[in-house]
Amino acid sequence: MDFFGGINPVILIATLMASAVPILLAALGEAVVERSGVLNLGVEGMMIIGALGGFVVAVETGSPVIGFFGGAVAGALLSLIFATLTQVFLANQVATGLALTLFGLGVSSLGGQGYNGIKPPATGQLLPDALADLPVVGPILFGHDWVVYFSIAMTAVLWWVLKSTRVGLIIRAVGESHEAAHALGYKVNRIRLMCIAFGGAMAGMGGAYISLARVPQWVDGITAGAGWIALAIVVFASWKPWRVLIGAYLFGGITVLQLNLQVAGSGIPVEYLSMAPYLITILVLVIMSAGRKANGAPAALGQNFHASR
Amino acid sequence: MKRRNLLAGAVTGLLLASGASFAQGMDKVKACFVYVGPIGDGGWTYQHHQGALAVQEAFGDKVEIQYQENVPEGADAERVLTQMALGGCNIIFTTSFGFMDATNAVAAKFPDVKFEHATGYKREHPNVSTYNARFYEGRAVQGHIAGRMTKTNKIGYIASFPIPEVIMGINSYFLHARKVNPDVELSIVWAFTWFDPAKEADAAKALIDQGVDVIASHTDSTAPLAEAAKTEGRVIGFGQASDMAIPEYMPTPRVSSIIDNWAPYYVKRVGQLLDGTYAQTDSWEGIAAGEVEIGTITEAVPAEVKAEAEAMRDAIAAGTYHPFTGPINKQDGSPWLAEGAIAPDSDLLGMNFYVEGIVGDIPQ
Amino acid sequence: MLRLEKRPTPSKFWLYATPPVAVVLTMIAGGILFALMGTNPFEVIRTIFWDPLFGEFAFYLRGQLLVKAGPLILIAIGLALGFRAGIWNIGAEGQYIIGAIFGAAVGLAVFPTESRWIFPVMIVAGAFGGWVWAMIPAILKTRFNTNEILVSLMLVYVAETILAKASTGFLKNPEGMGFPGSRNFSSYPAAQNAFLYEPLGLHWGGVAALVTAVLAYILLTRHQAGFQIRLAGQAPRAARFHGVSPARLVVLCMGLSGALAGLAGMFEVTGPAGQISIDFNTGYGFTAIIVAFLGRLNPLGIVLAGFILALTYVGGEMASTSLGLPDAAIQVFQGMLLFFLLAVDVLTNYRFRLAVGAH
Repeated sequence: MDFFGGINPVILIATLMASAVPILLAALGEAVVERSGVLNLGVEGMMIIGALGGFVVAVETGSPVIGFFGGAVAGALLSLIFATLTQVFLANQVATGLALTLFGLGVSSLGGQGYNGIKPPATGQLLPDALADLPVVGPILFGHDWVVYFSIAMTAVLWWVLKSTRVGLIIRAVGESHEAAHALGYKVNRIRLMCIAFGGAMAGMGGAYISLARVPQWVDGITAGAGWIALAIVVFASWKPWRVLIGAYLFGGITVLQLNLQVAGSGIPVEYLSMAPYLITILVLVIMSAGRKANGAPAALGQNFHASR
Repeated sequence: MKRRNLLAGAVTGLLLASGASFAQGMDKVKACFVYVGPIGDGGWTYQHHQGALAVQEAFGDKVEIQYQENVPEGADAERVLTQMALGGCNIIFTTSFGFMDATNAVAAKFPDVKFEHATGYKREHPNVSTYNARFYEGRAVQGHIAGRMTKTNKIGYIASFPIPEVIMGINSYFLHARKVNPDVELSIVWAFTWFDPAKEADAAKALIDQGVDVIASHTDSTAPLAEAAKTEGRVIGFGQASDMAIPEYMPTPRVSSIIDNWAPYYVKRVGQLLDGTYAQTDSWEGIAAGEVEIGTITEAVPAEVKAEAEAMRDAIAAGTYHPFTGPINKQDGSPWLAEGAIAPDSDLLGMNFYVEGIVGDIPQ
Repeated sequence: MLRLEKRPTPSKFWLYATPPVAVVLTMIAGGILFALMGTNPFEVIRTIFWDPLFGEFAFYLRGQLLVKAGPLILIAIGLALGFRAGIWNIGAEGQYIIGAIFGAAVGLAVFPTESRWIFPVMIVAGAFGGWVWAMIPAILKTRFNTNEILVSLMLVYVAETILAKASTGFLKNPEGMGFPGSRNFSSYPAAQNAFLYEPLGLHWGGVAALVTAVLAYILLTRHQAGFQIRLAGQAPRAARFHGVSPARLVVLCMGLSGALAGLAGMFEVTGPAGQISIDFNTGYGFTAIIVAFLGRLNPLGIVLAGFILALTYVGGEMASTSLGLPDAAIQVFQGMLLFFLLAVDVLTNYRFRLAVGAH
């Protein structure tokens, strides 16, 4: 099964599924936010607040599961600042989102003092070893912690909700034409506010996965730019949940693969390898968007709505 | 040099007013520290800050400590340094290589303020000293442990950037692993970052997935140890920069560590300023001076190996053993050090080649 | 209940009153934060807002404001042109890096020349570098309809890798003992972007920023291209009827913003930063996005916003060093300032009314 010396594709796939979880969760949340017509560039800030919130709650309660919900709550709370500014005060979304990241990084660094050098309670494998140790399918299908399954389940749920439910229809209507949605009697700003909070919660959980499962530690700046990648993946995925999953796995996969290629001594110059995730993402995007008229962006993306009547 | 003169003129008045003469010592010293990261990074900056706190501890009321975190290189560093000098700092420690030119530029304007730059080589003015630690001594001890402990004969190194400091560490680690285990192979991952916990964890995972069972890292976070901890004792690693003696990571995966202990140097230099014996230096101390410490070797390491490692540490401390002692060939097989020859410091400081036996190329 | 009501015309009063109101609100909220952290809030606020301008060391710090604001303004103006047309270049950080590398590479290639032509050539090279890097997302957008937000952002990471390669490889100082980083331009007078007038912190980058602000203002208010940019942003359909070619506009706006970001990088690397190094970029390209919006995408507003942000950087550093505040507290404070500036801006176009009944 090996290629390039020591690289085992089964382990590679299993690894990328776990390492993609933070950007997958955050990107799914952001996809919903953007579907409702709101561009929140503060994903990095919400992720790191979630990373801290999740870590603190998990350490204090001793339960990583409660920790993940703590992370979600922390992310959602921070996103409410964004929601208030953009939906009530009609502030520019791009600038507010960037400010949110700055604010979130600062708050997490202040709040995290005293939590350095602690190991959080472990988030272990969900299913019994008997399944996880099966050849090939074991590590890929059964060897993960619960959050990996949760992230895939959320992908399916969001796909279904956006595509086939009334809630999804309303969210999309608000994102495509807030004037029309308003005329139909929907409370545009309230719906958007809820989407933003949902996006914050998802980003917070993604952050918590970094500090509770992937690293697991609390250190300043732990998310190190994952939020920006999540944002890019939403666009990459044309706002469709399954494509978000593909994008996150592709990006996670290339990152993991380039490190593995280095270990295996592939002889490919390292600097090209470390550029690869970004270049390949661009390439795939070009291929996917070539020949299509529109890029599928929600028509009202980034525009604030004020009901004049 | 116009810009320097202008400013120098403007501040001369201020300096004359303070007018302290260093030769006679000082009653009170204001010691200032410029950090490249946050003090909560758990590694590089954290250790420098521990050194600063040790200065406060050692001299109490006689010193005042100031510091600035997260200072970017270049123009921002110059401004922070100037502010500190204007604000009455007597001695300023700039704790990252990237502050080198800024340190020298500001030092030119404030001849009465002492500047201490970590890990650089430029001392353009009499008030600039440089200091560094011989981390490669610690890497030798780690390499020894790695060579003796590996069961798969594959050891790993998570490297940050291809600079002499890092290459020196890789070479020292590899040489000493090979010395006790001729079958050992070294896998190097260049992370191209000093600090990105998730990426460091991924790098560690990539190493582990390919059979590496001893990981050393030259990046700052504890993520590689945390990743090793998931293997239930199969993979071991080392604390880097700080002790990383997190109880849950001991006795394994953290079997030992290299600790950057800046406290002895900081206390010494501030003390010299207080008692009037301060002079410009270029300091490169290691285990002997206590600047590089080998953190507790845990019981996961067999007593015999532990004793060997400690013997090596003590020999380095006593000056009877130098980690780069010939015969050593370069990667391409050409001779570098002859039998018994000891590497000159200048070779080490500019090191840009792997030693024989390491596979792969240094990114250029 | 309070409800918002759109003003028939934007309020002149609030247009000018919102920034000071936001600053006062930030001082109050920030003051509470600082008090909670056990410092004297009045001292902190004074250190941030007053000392850099009028304090003991203002003679030095005042100049630093322009040093800090210059690149922000230069980049933000370019971005604002695009943002007005609905073209989202958020990868200015990458264009800034590539501009710096191009500019520095040209200068270093002929080291140690004394020709006074080298600096102008480097300026052109810097702008060209940024332009080239911005052309990648621009052409992908016009040819393949690829989203420019994503491509320009991804290219930031690629640029950072190239920067690391430049500082450890092809631009490494041959006399640098193997350490990363290029030669320092402070010892290369012909290619150095030295201060023209130090007390004001004025170097060629600052000159370029201020001149660009004026030119951009004229472009937007007086010139056909400026009209097209505004029209494309406000009414894309109408713009098409007016014969505005979207593709040409993308190339123009991305190119301009890239070139200006590249210029900023070039002036920074040859002046205040002094050299190409692994961590040369410090986020100006991202901060400039905030500056562009704080300045309401108006070139003159951007100049003001650039200075306000620079003040919080310089003053924040002072507060951090001299009062021992954690750097993170300053970040939080800056975040608050931005929030308040953005929030009270609503009063320019809307007013609060006491709503009676449901609607």
